[in-house]
Amino acid sequence: MDEIDRAIINTLQGGFPICDQPFAAMAEPLGLTAAQLLARIIKLKADGIISRFGPMWHAERMGGELTLAAMKVPQERFDEVAGIVNSHPEVSQNYAREHALNMWFVVATEKPGRKAEVLAGIEAGTGIPVHDMPKIQEFFVGLRFEA
Amino acid sequence: MSDTDLALVSVLAQGLPMVSHPYRAVGAQLGLDEAQVMARIQAMRDSGVIRRFGIIVRHHELGFKANAMSVWSIPDEEVGKVGRLLGDAPEVTLCYRRPPRLPLWPYNLFCMIHGRDRAEVEETIGALNRRFVLGAYPHAVLFSTRRFKQTGARYGRPIHQAAAAE
Repeated sequence: MDEIDRAIINTLQGGFPICDQPFAAMAEPLGLTAAQLLARIIKLKADGIISRFGPMWHAERMGGELTLAAMKVPQERFDEVAGIVNSHPEVSQNYAREHALNMWFVVATEKPGRKAEVLAGIEAGTGIPVHDMPKIQEFFVGLRFEA
Repeated sequence: MSDTDLALVSVLAQGLPMVSHPYRAVGAQLGLDEAQVMARIQAMRDSGVIRRFGIIVRHHELGFKANAMSVWSIPDEEVGKVGRLLGDAPEVTLCYRRPPRLPLWPYNLFCMIHGRDRAEVEETIGALNRRFVLGAYPHAVLFSTRRFKQTGARYGRPIHQAAAAE
């Protein structure tokens, strides 16, 4: 990654233009041609730095549900339980964390009611209680990172 | 959402095509012209269905090797005020109020803090506690030790495709 890659990452996390040639519009202030910008984005994606190029959805406004859930998983069952949790396509993130509640995952569903089914399925599949912690109030969702 | 919007969501979930006229390419898959695709994406942005439209990075690969969920137990009558203070702090990448789950989990205010390493994240959280005088509230910091999955939410895609992409 060089300075131009950093500028691409810092700029393109914000708003991507909606016009007929958006890459050309983004490339110009970076001193690139559209083809050069596209090549760099494709490279950053291949390198795993960019995970996706497109929309970040607002689950509830799409009519779906989003929640954070946690489990207390015995150490010796950790990989097995992670496999069961991750086998659900509605689970978008899953992290081990340092606490008695040591597995934390995000469930995002397209339809209302599906969240309860997924969580119940995980409880049934693992025999471990799932603690559902849906948001009550949102104070900030930036999720932007300076390269 | 209309069927056309759902189809558009499905195509966009695969990522914007890396071509000079990406909205035209999206439209070609849906039988829409370029202007119609742009108008619908703009409408979804305006209504907030799309929170943000652009690149989504893998923070770990970008050098943010440490991430912590920093949580506090704040009385109900104060949690809104404290949440707004933390949400406005530039070091905080997410901030939510969530329900406590007693007895294991007394905390109701959740922030995500990312940093280059653990020491940097600890320093950041210490500074937040000092700046907003949060020392009196029960508090915990949960560093992540392993990442099992980070796909981003998948919408509008058949389940077999989503599973195959893991």
